[in-house]
Amino acid sequence: MTVKLMQGNDAIGWGAIAAGCRFYAGYPITPSTEVAELLSRELPKVGGKFIQMEDEIASMAAIIGGRVGGLKSMTATSGPGFSLMQENIGYAVMTEIPCVVVDVQRLGPSTGQPTAASQGDVMQARWGTHGDHPIIALSPTSVRQAFDLTVKAFDLSERFRTPVILLADEIVGHMREPVDLPDFKSIHIFEQQVTDSPADYKAFRNSPGDVPPLAAFGTGYRYHITGLFHDEVGFPTQRLDEVDPWLERVNTKLDKHLDEITFLEEDYQEGARVALLSYGASARTARHAMKLARQKGIKVDLLTLLTIWPFPEKQVEALGERVERIIVPEMNLGQLAYEVERMVGRKKVRRVVRANGEMVTPQMVLDAMEN
Amino acid sequence: MSGGLAPRTEIRLAGEGGQGMILAGIILAEAATIYGGQNAVQSQSYGPEARGGASKSEVVISPGEIDHPEVLQPDVVVALSQEAFRKFGGSVKPGGLLIVDADKVDSGSAPNAIRLPITKLAFETTGKVITANTVALGVLVGLTGVVARPALEKAILARAPRGTEEMNQKALEAGFAAAEQVKNS
Repeated sequence: MTVKLMQGNDAIGWGAIAAGCRFYAGYPITPSTEVAELLSRELPKVGGKFIQMEDEIASMAAIIGGRVGGLKSMTATSGPGFSLMQENIGYAVMTEIPCVVVDVQRLGPSTGQPTAASQGDVMQARWGTHGDHPIIALSPTSVRQAFDLTVKAFDLSERFRTPVILLADEIVGHMREPVDLPDFKSIHIFEQQVTDSPADYKAFRNSPGDVPPLAAFGTGYRYHITGLFHDEVGFPTQRLDEVDPWLERVNTKLDKHLDEITFLEEDYQEGARVALLSYGASARTARHAMKLARQKGIKVDLLTLLTIWPFPEKQVEALGERVERIIVPEMNLGQLAYEVERMVGRKKVRRVVRANGEMVTPQMVLDAMEN
Repeated sequence: MSGGLAPRTEIRLAGEGGQGMILAGIILAEAATIYGGQNAVQSQSYGPEARGGASKSEVVISPGEIDHPEVLQPDVVVALSQEAFRKFGGSVKPGGLLIVDADKVDSGSAPNAIRLPITKLAFETTGKVITANTVALGVLVGLTGVVARPALEKAILARAPRGTEEMNQKALEAGFAAAEQVKNS
């Protein structure tokens, strides 16, 4: 056991290495740069490749190519770079190429404030690229979770052949906490298993609910890759009898597995009439406020979402049935609150928000509980 | 179910970029956690400049779980520049501790501030003003006992570049000695 004081961004880098990431392409940007710094130093030591690209559009393209070539791949950025990556995130969705995109959120819009904290990319993570599509986004609340959820991000991206967004924030990315990381050898990630012969292999086989295995290029399996709607071997098609099954399969491929994708922490109290619901660094504030409230004898539920997308509809709906009011602290003007309102109705939701680079404080949350 | 709110000591270290206040915060957090068996969260903020500009490092130390990771109202503020004092001098909790560099900060508006010539002490002791952050840590820990002295020594030596161990040790001792003088005055 060796406890180290580690920064969240470093934990993300180590999580990638532990998960078997062996290709990183990126363009440095505050407050995510430490991820690239660590991987530029450590990836070559484990036989991996690090490349600094000319911009974020190219970075995203490179990691898609890296994964098609057979290496688990990642990039890291912040808001302005995440905006540039959206086009190719859509390409990864369309072509079902696993990859991990780390977004350490900073204050926006535009260049905003590079060193100021934010959770303003919640909706961009869901809908930043055009067209209907599934996406997974995980949001750590601590340095240890930054490691664990990076590992999970790789596992889920392989399992469901989808880009996974690690939606961190400046607070978690830059703060240092004591951590004792697990032995990397104990970490297991979903591996693609291609059982069909090369002659029968279909990279985009459309059995409902199916996630066909991805064969790496250069291993004898032939398929075509395009951002256009495509048939089961990947060639462009406009035939509805080929487009519809694709839409059906891809847009439902997460649905049967939500229990394996949804990570959250419930700390519920019998008789509570109010609940706090949060994520990322703001979840720490919510937990602090919960303890203050309980010290005062106020009963309160706390729900911390580690999986933001797909939104944990079932669990939030159930929470709405337990309590009269749900308070949602976040560092934006209420992006996740939209989703909570969608599940439990606007009248039940109270936003406690800040979008100026500062954290919500426990007192602000407490005030919302008492008034 | 989680337990109640654990007691926390909140420390804010501020100066100009380049004075080593962020590193001082990291060392203090390492002293508390790796060498002191406590919990800590260190965070920081700074402008885009490599040197100059206001730089702030925060450490929250607790025997238990630390939830909100940033300082809410500091128990201790160390200010090594006038700008740092202007921005953060007033943030210290009533009855808290405000330590300023006597040669760099006019703390007239804060009559209870502890004024010590931290940078001058560093230069006189080691010949290098860059050891002011180590002196400041000696003063802070000498006055508060927020971590044990051996834990701080180990943390500083583990971070000191090779060949500078003795210099840092001396700077630390100067800081503790200055703290003793304050306590005895």
